[in-house]
Amino acid sequence: MIIEAENINFTYTKGTRQILKDVNLTLEEGQVMSILGPNGAGKSTLLNCIATLNELDSGTIKLCGKDVRKMKQKEVAAILSYVPQNHIPAFSYTVFNFVLMGRAPKVGMFEKPKTEDFEIVAKVLKELGISELADKPYTEISGGERQQATIARALVQEPKAILFDEPTAHLDFGNQIKTLRTIKSLAEKGYAIIITTHNPDHAIMLGGTTAILDKKGHLSVGPTEEIITEETLKKVYDTKLKLSYFDEAGRLVCIPPNL
Amino acid sequence: MENVKLENIEKKTSPFVWGIMIILPFLLFFVSLFLGRYMIDPGVVLKILLNKIPGINFAQTWEQTAETVVISVRFPRAVMAALVGAGLSMSGAAFQGMFQNPLVSPYVLGVSAGASFGAALGLLLSWPTWMVQIVAFGFGIFAVALTYLMAHLYKTTPILMLVLSGMVVSAFFQAMVSLVKFAADDEDKLPAITFWLMGSIGKVGLNDLAPSAIPMIIAMAVLYAIRWRLNVLSMGEREAEALGVNTERVKLIVIITTTLISSLTVSLCGIIGWVGQVIPHFCRMIVGPNHKALIPATIFVGASYIIVIDNLCRLVSITEIPIGILTSVVGAPVFAYLLRKTKGGWA
Repeated sequence: MIIEAENINFTYTKGTRQILKDVNLTLEEGQVMSILGPNGAGKSTLLNCIATLNELDSGTIKLCGKDVRKMKQKEVAAILSYVPQNHIPAFSYTVFNFVLMGRAPKVGMFEKPKTEDFEIVAKVLKELGISELADKPYTEISGGERQQATIARALVQEPKAILFDEPTAHLDFGNQIKTLRTIKSLAEKGYAIIITTHNPDHAIMLGGTTAILDKKGHLSVGPTEEIITEETLKKVYDTKLKLSYFDEAGRLVCIPPNL
Repeated sequence: MENVKLENIEKKTSPFVWGIMIILPFLLFFVSLFLGRYMIDPGVVLKILLNKIPGINFAQTWEQTAETVVISVRFPRAVMAALVGAGLSMSGAAFQGMFQNPLVSPYVLGVSAGASFGAALGLLLSWPTWMVQIVAFGFGIFAVALTYLMAHLYKTTPILMLVLSGMVVSAFFQAMVSLVKFAADDEDKLPAITFWLMGSIGKVGLNDLAPSAIPMIIAMAVLYAIRWRLNVLSMGEREAEALGVNTERVKLIVIITTTLISSLTVSLCGIIGWVGQVIPHFCRMIVGPNHKALIPATIFVGASYIIVIDNLCRLVSITEIPIGILTSVVGAPVFAYLLRKTKGGWA
């Protein structure tokens, strides 16, 4: 098991709403989990908790069987990569140098990356088909290209699991599908993957496991086809949604009724 | 083939440009030793310097005054100018990376306000110069420590809290400086305080050099060593942490080293503004934003810049111009120009 979360509880500050209540989840090699939930339920918070960026009130998270409380930040980063939401940094590093930062867990405090690190970056850029972006400023490429660059950075970290925080946000339709395809192929290569998304269709397309986080902090996890039903979607989004099998797409689709 | 491409990406700036950047401060350093109201032949300056190396012995064909001027006055002053320029520029670049904001100055955590208060207090109480410097240095450190503690929430020190606490601490110590000035005798102490705050590198003598230069060089070496980590830190704390960086530790190292550098600078030379913003910005235009190249660039360009400015201070008019005035007069418009040129994009 790569990720195991046992009875985790999390509150931002005392006296405010509990974001996570006795949450349990496990993730193994090659498994994809899509986390759905209404705005403000705490999907990103859950992701941050798993990435050990938030300190839990109680509960245990284990990575490859090891309790994260006994791990250094570096050791966590050797197992987990985190792909944050698309954002533009203050400085216009080249895509190459941006991706190179994924090597940080392997580079000592007072060291800088070596030839070996450069080679890994070049290899990953090539695999993702974005070698030609290498010397372009990260701030000046398109949103879709930035997403690919951030995925490249996650891969050069050589992790076992990758967490995506709303990987399809701010992307056009084509790039959303492209990103999902990349995620699926990464899972096929054996990475354990968790994504958060606002789109039930994305969870359906990825298959695997789906988890729904409600506003009370409960997480229900299960195989996607069991978890995503018209009934649960109504509860999550407070809107009537229709699920029906669409032959030409070869899958279930989630359709809102006419306004 | 790929390796060829890698080289290009890693070494964006040509060796020629680097060569100029590296040689320039040494050249300017040498020029500032013979240039002055008391002009000395460059050949003589060279011989005076070489004579200090054991084993070399030129016959003294020059006046003793020349030797005194070069060794005791101009040499320590030029060394200090180079260190101050390199130190403030490097600190500025490091802070800008850490705060993810290229407008931040090395004084943002209150070090200059704190040191100013210490110096003003010392001058008010007519302490000897060395005590004024030590008290100024101490208050510079104290102010930043106060900022850090104020920003420390739970187990972390969020960047935003650091900036805001720095503003609070700066405002407080600036008010204290005003209070000291208000209490000072306006015949003799008030002008002393005012002039001190405007800054001068001329106060630095040969004996002051070692105790201030050594800690500065050590702090600069540490900052230099962690320069690649600054790239990762400039992605934002959350992201840097997810990339396996112990952000609290890196932040603390950056704060301690920059505070040491800027507190020493202010306590010895007064407030020298704008260097920490202008030079990193200018260097980013030459070598790009990657701190691996940016930090070394700021060392050489910063050193050259302050050596030039300090020479202007002593040579432009009959009475010396306070350096803080010149760095601001030059720095503000240059910065405005750089901003226009990069269209607010931070290179």
